[in-house]
Amino acid sequence: MGTPELLLTALAEDPAGLLPARQQMALSLGWHIVLACFGVAFPAIIFAMHWRGIYRDDADALVLAQRWAKVSAVLFAIGAVSGTVLSFEMGLLWPGLMGTYGDVLGLPFAFEGLAFFLEAIFLGIYLYGWGRMPPRRHLLMIVPMAFMGIFGAFCVIAVNAWMNVPVGFDVVDGRVTNIDPWAVLLNPGAFFQFLHMWIAAYMVVGFLIASVYAVGMLKGRRDRRHRLGFTLPFVFASLATIVQPVVGHLLGGRLAETQPAKLAAFELATETESPSPLVIGGFLIDGEVRWALEIPYLGSLFARNSFTKGVQGLDTIPVEDQPPVNITHWAFQSMVGIGTLLVLVVVLYWFARWRGRDLLDHRLFLRFISISGVLAVIAMEAGWIATEVGRQPWIVYGVMRTSEGAGSNSGLWWLLGITAVVYAAMTAGAVLVLRSMARRWRAGEEDLPSPYGPEAQLPHGSARR
Amino acid sequence: MTLPLAVAAALFVGVLAYGLFGGADFGSGFYDLLAGGPAKGAELRTLIDHSIGPVWEANHVWLIYVLVMWWTAFPESFAAAMSTLILPFLLALLGIVLRGASFAFRKYSATLGQARVFGAFFALSSVVTPFFFGTIAGAIASGRVPAEGRGELIGSWVNPTSLFGGVIAVGTCAFLGGVFLAADAARGGSERLAEQLRVRTLAVGLVTGAIVFAALVPLERDAPTLADGLETQAAPLVIASALAGVATLVLLVRRRYAIARFTAVAAVAAVLLGWGVGQYPWLLVDQVTIEDAAGADATLAALLVAAGLAAVLVVPALAYLYRLTQTEAWSHH
Repeated sequence: MGTPELLLTALAEDPAGLLPARQQMALSLGWHIVLACFGVAFPAIIFAMHWRGIYRDDADALVLAQRWAKVSAVLFAIGAVSGTVLSFEMGLLWPGLMGTYGDVLGLPFAFEGLAFFLEAIFLGIYLYGWGRMPPRRHLLMIVPMAFMGIFGAFCVIAVNAWMNVPVGFDVVDGRVTNIDPWAVLLNPGAFFQFLHMWIAAYMVVGFLIASVYAVGMLKGRRDRRHRLGFTLPFVFASLATIVQPVVGHLLGGRLAETQPAKLAAFELATETESPSPLVIGGFLIDGEVRWALEIPYLGSLFARNSFTKGVQGLDTIPVEDQPPVNITHWAFQSMVGIGTLLVLVVVLYWFARWRGRDLLDHRLFLRFISISGVLAVIAMEAGWIATEVGRQPWIVYGVMRTSEGAGSNSGLWWLLGITAVVYAAMTAGAVLVLRSMARRWRAGEEDLPSPYGPEAQLPHGSARR
Repeated sequence: MTLPLAVAAALFVGVLAYGLFGGADFGSGFYDLLAGGPAKGAELRTLIDHSIGPVWEANHVWLIYVLVMWWTAFPESFAAAMSTLILPFLLALLGIVLRGASFAFRKYSATLGQARVFGAFFALSSVVTPFFFGTIAGAIASGRVPAEGRGELIGSWVNPTSLFGGVIAVGTCAFLGGVFLAADAARGGSERLAEQLRVRTLAVGLVTGAIVFAALVPLERDAPTLADGLETQAAPLVIASALAGVATLVLLVRRRYAIARFTAVAAVAAVLLGWGVGQYPWLLVDQVTIEDAAGADATLAALLVAAGLAAVLVVPALAYLYRLTQTEAWSHH
């Protein structure tokens, strides 16, 4: 059965809330995840820059750190509200999941809330601490943010890993019992999945910031600040990019045992072959793979760490338990493809630099870097789609179908429409504000004027921060 | 104390904290809305930005704490409340989104025109959001959220108790916000602004106090279980709230802003606590008790560990943040 037919069947049988709920979740989580990356990776990058400013007495670095802090304030604010949206949506969209498994999966969220709390507090202290605290103490205020961003990400990923490989409860006579919330928090799937996402966050944020300065350099702004603003995030991004395939491989190695259907979709394996080929591109149409490039042995090597063991084929999995194969396959391949491209470019840059050549003088390289941030975002989103769509039709793998987790509210289509409008407006607002900040910084206004009206002054008589 | 009750208490601490600190932030938006045109209102808006800028995000997290504690400890009641009260929850959520984003955007907007647009969103949603949270509290307290199935989509939150709840929420937020802003203005040496805020806050306090006591009459019929609780087990809290409220008004009249912050917090805390104690032992009034709604014991115990960690880690950090913003330390540099 092809994907459109599957979709039609799904529409006919599933509760009215299922499809809008999935679209809504895709939109709001897909949007939030980019900002979450900033919450995870940006504090460490700002810390490095701020550290350089203080300990190497680098005035340019201090200016950059302070500007980035202001950018992070805007991003953190909209990340906080889009995160709040998600916590509402857990109940609004997935009453079946939360009513049944709320007390199983809740603990990691509680710890995530704790982490987020500390992040928000120290962000407040850090942002408003510029010029108001002894410099070294002020620098330390960003450290809890960096750690809590990482810990919070681990907690959220722990829940997702649990949805993929559920542990910490039994179902006896249809009732959920023997709940062990700590087993959910510390579930074995969480670690590598977290590591993969954490590193992805550094790629996304590192390349995005580097992109901004690459664009500046393309426009002829070749001052030291642009060079520094490019290099430091690029170092973070480079390290992350090179490590990422290794972590991804370790993470994927578990799939053969835990989620064979997802692995089969990743690899477009219609039937079990030993050894399996690596299938690049291609579509599954009416049960047959078309237009694919097959490289013998590599599928087994990448997926199973072996030249002989094969990837279990889709034919061993009942149709009603298969994920949407083409979406999953293409999302996975896009992630890997872009990741590989980024590895090559990063290696090229550092190799050239080692040989005494500076690729920043080459417009072609700068042009590539200026889209590298968007590429990293696409790779991350694709990876997320691969893991989430690949889990379907289960919301809790093997235990609860997504259709059982959803409610019966068909009015959710309205909600989706409104959400799309609000998020589009929020995106436009953020872009507008960030661009105008950059423009004014270029114009030499470091302390932005008060936007509240002509001649507004702080009652405290202090300069605006 | 049983395990479910202990967790319910920890959850209610979050409700209290959100009502007080988040409430004061929402209340600041109320004065932002009424501050007047760009020239006339500039000073007050700058004060509001300076006053809540460093703390609003931390204050906002209490809401997430409450939601997470609720769905983890009392999962079925959370799903039930979300499906019955989907509209006010969504409207409150819309308010939160618009408010948070536009507050951040306004601060860095390029032109006065942009700042005014973002400012309008911020101020309006600051008033709208607590209203819907108030209606949600009213719906739960008046027994309109069934433990299973779905209650009325509209009637559950459009009824006397909910509407009074909404108005009282807006009023108490504005009262708190006004007291804190007046104290900030006075500390910053802006006498004129403090005076302006003092008069407005006194008016808000008198009106809100009157509404709180007027609400007790319709509550008798519309939410008998809560009304009964308020007249018996929660009566001392109702009285304490009235006394603290009056004390705040007197302190405002005498321009003792610094102390008025404490009595205002006490007055609002007593109202909120009165609600909680008044509807005990119900989680969803007349539908399901705290004990019956509770999830697995292991989860409840783990949640208490998380709450304990929060007390150890979050409270000192939060205290440091408040100390920096609520004292002279950050006014000078």
